[in-house]
Amino acid sequence: MIARVHVTLKQGVLDPQGKAIANSLKSLGFSGIAGVRQGKYIELELEDADPEIARAAVEDMCQRLLANTVIEDYTIELDG
Amino acid sequence: MKAAVIVFPGSNCDRDIEVALTQSMGRPPLMVWHRDDSFPSVDLIVVPGGFSYGDYLRAGAMAANSPAMAETKRRADAGVAVLGICNGFQILAESRLLPGVLMRNATLRFICRDVHLRVEESRPPFTGNYRKGQVIRIPIAHHDGNYFADHETLARIEGEGRVAFRYTDQCGKPTARANPNGSSANIAGIVNEAGNVLGMMPHPERLADQALSGTDGRAMFDGLVEAFG
Repeated sequence: MIARVHVTLKQGVLDPQGKAIANSLKSLGFSGIAGVRQGKYIELELEDADPEIARAAVEDMCQRLLANTVIEDYTIELDG
Repeated sequence: MKAAVIVFPGSNCDRDIEVALTQSMGRPPLMVWHRDDSFPSVDLIVVPGGFSYGDYLRAGAMAANSPAMAETKRRADAGVAVLGICNGFQILAESRLLPGVLMRNATLRFICRDVHLRVEESRPPFTGNYRKGQVIRIPIAHHDGNYFADHETLARIEGEGRVAFRYTDQCGKPTARANPNGSSANIAGIVNEAGNVLGMMPHPERLADQALSGTDGRAMFDGLVEAFG
């Protein structure tokens, strides 16, 4: 089973890297960009095939290591 | 005083703090490898600067989960003094020994230069040898030093007098210009509720010898030796 974890900065937390990316895109001529937020994508290959157990395990991993919940939110998708 | 320095793969200020501590203590500290979950009892544990685990995932995230840090957390909870400098501060924040997090500098640049700090509290064991309001010069060298905490946490830290150092100009004014990295309220260092854990981004160990053009950092190590004998 594959778990796909997206880690993103919480609303209201400034993202200077996202801002720099937005500025670069604008200087390349891309218009209509209202904002850019940068995050992380983490893919986990899990041995457990039970989605409930897998979700609980990945949730625990996010809380304890994959995300810093002071500033970051995360979403988990399971596949297979 | 007995002291230990935790060494991680990627630490690069461990030797500097070893030299600074030896100068003040008259004998060298223990150097503890990050895999060690037991080491002799000490009065002070230092988590040094550097790029532990190459800053993978987030600065300090991997180191915070090492066996030596689990033991450091246990001892901090029991009242042992813990000092985290630069990457050490990031590790203490990731370990939740200190509130908040050190984010990427607002300028996105790595900054390496001397800054002025105002000592906010004169309190043993860490800052007892400084005067409250004293302005000192200490170097910073970091990419992720932008201190962030939510409003309630900030209000609590401020209300409890837990800001140890603030970035200021040389007159001691915490102006926006004197803030090198975008830190909330110009915060450069904080202590935990009990006052036995200090995290700071500036490097006192890098200005603790006249040969390095200043000794403003030395008072911290001399103060620790005075506090613990």
